[in-house]
Amino acid sequence: MSLTLEELNDIAEKELSRQQQFSRQIRVCCAASCLSCQDADLTQQLQQTARQQAMGETEIKPVGCLGLCKEGPLVSVHPEGTLYSHVQINTSKAILLSESSLPRPSAIDPGQSLFFTRQNPIVLRNSGSINPERIEEYIAVGGYKALYQAIRNMHPGEILSQIQQSGLRGRGGAGYPTGLKWSAVAKTKSTQKYVICNADEGDPGAFMDRSVLESDPHSVLEGMAIAGYAVGAQAGYIYVRAEYPLAVQRLRTAIRQAEKFGLLGNNIFNSSFHFSLTIRLGAGAFVCGEETAIIASIEGLPGKPRPRPPYPATSGIKGCPTLINNVETFANISPILTRGSAWFAGIGTDKSKGTKVFALAGRVKRTGLIEVPMGTTLREIIFDIGGGISDNGTFKAAQTGGPSGGCIPKQHLDIPMDYESLASIGSIMGSGGLIVLDQSSCMVDVAKFFMEFCTSESCGKCVPCRVGTMQMYTILDKITRGQAQLSDLEQLEDLCDLVRSTSLCGLGQTAPNPVLSTLRFFRDEYISHIQDQHCPAGVCSLLTGK
Amino acid sequence: MTDHRLQNSVRQRHSLHPEDIVTLVIDGQQLTADPNDTLLTIAQAHNIHIPTLCFLEGISAYGGCRVCLVEVEGYGKLVPACLTHPAEGIIVRTQSPRVIEYRKKIVELLLSERNHICSVCVTNGHCELQQLASTLGITHIRYPGLFPSLAIDASNTRFIHDPNRCVLCSRCVRVCAEIEGAHTWDIIHRGIKSRVSADLNQPWKEAVTCTGCGKCVQACPTGALSEQGKAVGEMLKKRYTESTT
Repeated sequence: MSLTLEELNDIAEKELSRQQQFSRQIRVCCAASCLSCQDADLTQQLQQTARQQAMGETEIKPVGCLGLCKEGPLVSVHPEGTLYSHVQINTSKAILLSESSLPRPSAIDPGQSLFFTRQNPIVLRNSGSINPERIEEYIAVGGYKALYQAIRNMHPGEILSQIQQSGLRGRGGAGYPTGLKWSAVAKTKSTQKYVICNADEGDPGAFMDRSVLESDPHSVLEGMAIAGYAVGAQAGYIYVRAEYPLAVQRLRTAIRQAEKFGLLGNNIFNSSFHFSLTIRLGAGAFVCGEETAIIASIEGLPGKPRPRPPYPATSGIKGCPTLINNVETFANISPILTRGSAWFAGIGTDKSKGTKVFALAGRVKRTGLIEVPMGTTLREIIFDIGGGISDNGTFKAAQTGGPSGGCIPKQHLDIPMDYESLASIGSIMGSGGLIVLDQSSCMVDVAKFFMEFCTSESCGKCVPCRVGTMQMYTILDKITRGQAQLSDLEQLEDLCDLVRSTSLCGLGQTAPNPVLSTLRFFRDEYISHIQDQHCPAGVCSLLTGK
Repeated sequence: MTDHRLQNSVRQRHSLHPEDIVTLVIDGQQLTADPNDTLLTIAQAHNIHIPTLCFLEGISAYGGCRVCLVEVEGYGKLVPACLTHPAEGIIVRTQSPRVIEYRKKIVELLLSERNHICSVCVTNGHCELQQLASTLGITHIRYPGLFPSLAIDASNTRFIHDPNRCVLCSRCVRVCAEIEGAHTWDIIHRGIKSRVSADLNQPWKEAVTCTGCGKCVQACPTGALSEQGKAVGEMLKKRYTESTT
């Protein structure tokens, strides 16, 4: 079946009038974080209570991530907008009923909380407001209209120039201009092309892609279909890690629904454009986030990278031109087409446009999923949105970019979060993991943690990454045990240079970053471990015995 | 096998039009070349020596050992000569102090990874790793030896697999898959735990896909794969030419 615009509008209107029957809407966060701390199925429990009390005018629905993960399980009540935190079965009744005798969960007014007011949701526009398992709700908020516009009213070249003018850059970490990437694939003459959505999110502490897929899977599907049309691809893969069962389940549901409505498949919107999507599960290898490794894995080969060029844009899956973008990149596409590239380019900084989703984690009062304009300072993110350091601690560093990134110290708290600024101080934007560290963290230990991660996640194909990371880990381990000498530090820096300059893929080339950045800003801690056998943070316990 | 690997293994030779020829400079020599060739083969054709380890003529290039890394002016990164095609006008340096130093360190890393004690090895004196180290002037290893303890597989009646001597160059894997067509060998696990293994991690004797051709043994640059019954230094690999030095 193929939809017409009228039919699409019809679905939206029907859904809106269905929603208007209810005077009150109770949204229960059903993303992985809140689900994991519910003591029973909250949605079901609330629905049951509403039934018992014959509250027909109240709609209770599961929604995606409400953002403030630290305070979960979260329930938000509309139209007031009140957000209830730490809702459990015994306190849930009070949300529905006004009896004062019932135990009430604590309430937050999002309009008054910096956590919410400082954000600018584009990627997360529907997160926490629509039921991710109902395509009707996505259509009701204007979903798939951009796809219609693209297919029926736009030439692929127009889409490419819109994306290019918007200044959107890859949200997977490297920040390659998305428009250029699309154009490179569009330019190729092949009749068979592919689109891949990289959802193999693997940085420790990162959960942006998972939340987007769990909260608004259709925005990713729509972005992929538009990409398919723009570059001339008929098939796409979503490479998602098997460790995200809920995201996989919601993606499956979303694809099934989109196929049923004719939004994926043959002759979409009665055009000659066909686009089908397949889910591929990753088996938990971090290196499979590297684009040539992802392709190998989708082809059924071991997930190991190969040297580029040829780039996937010219030779990807089965040697065909292949476009690979991150989840968040695809989620940005439909708003850019709907609201125009000029609108998007007006957000952010000179070279980094739009917003960035961060997974705010670590020693910060309000952890959760946030989306801020590019160029927001680290200080605003941690102290305004995050509410400062938890347990009255003092800020020590913020780790961005996971195992490929670095640590940002106190003196750089006012750094604007954009690609260039972060790179200038030896860190990277990365995919959006942001871990806040306080005085209780030992920076040598942090570097060791990430090096251990790289050692175990190295695919083993090239020598510098396979053996070099192991040798670096050995030295870091020696330092944390108080058995190192200053010459080891020299050796460590030498290895950083070797591994960075000679490794085959991005994993190895960036693996030294956590070491290099901690050495740059916290060298005194390394020296203290080596010369005084003393760990300033008191983390490396083997030292204190001496 | 993926297309790009196929393209690598089957190099097409055909009469070239002048516009299909690129000019480049390798170590100061002005050269013309077929853009489908790699920097390594071009250099070899002009008697410019670039050391290699995982490269073996006749099978696909791998790019894993990083020993053939060369500098190309204007390129941000070092590139493996075995997999890089020439672009018009590039200036390549195969012997800059920087690449020589990196090569040395990479080979030292390899020597530190497993148990490479030449004096008790069947390929002593005929080993590519040994020759490579000696050519690069490696007299000591700056990294501590990791010395994992890996079991030797002597189950096959004709051959021995000693992973303690293995450099994971995957020449055995590729020669078995691409020339013999058996694909008995592959690399299991990942990172520092990577190991070459037969079939689904079976003892060699029980690997039903193995035809017993012995190509892997001859392709192996070190003593990791050898014939049964050889004493120290007795294992000479049969190749069309002496291994590269």
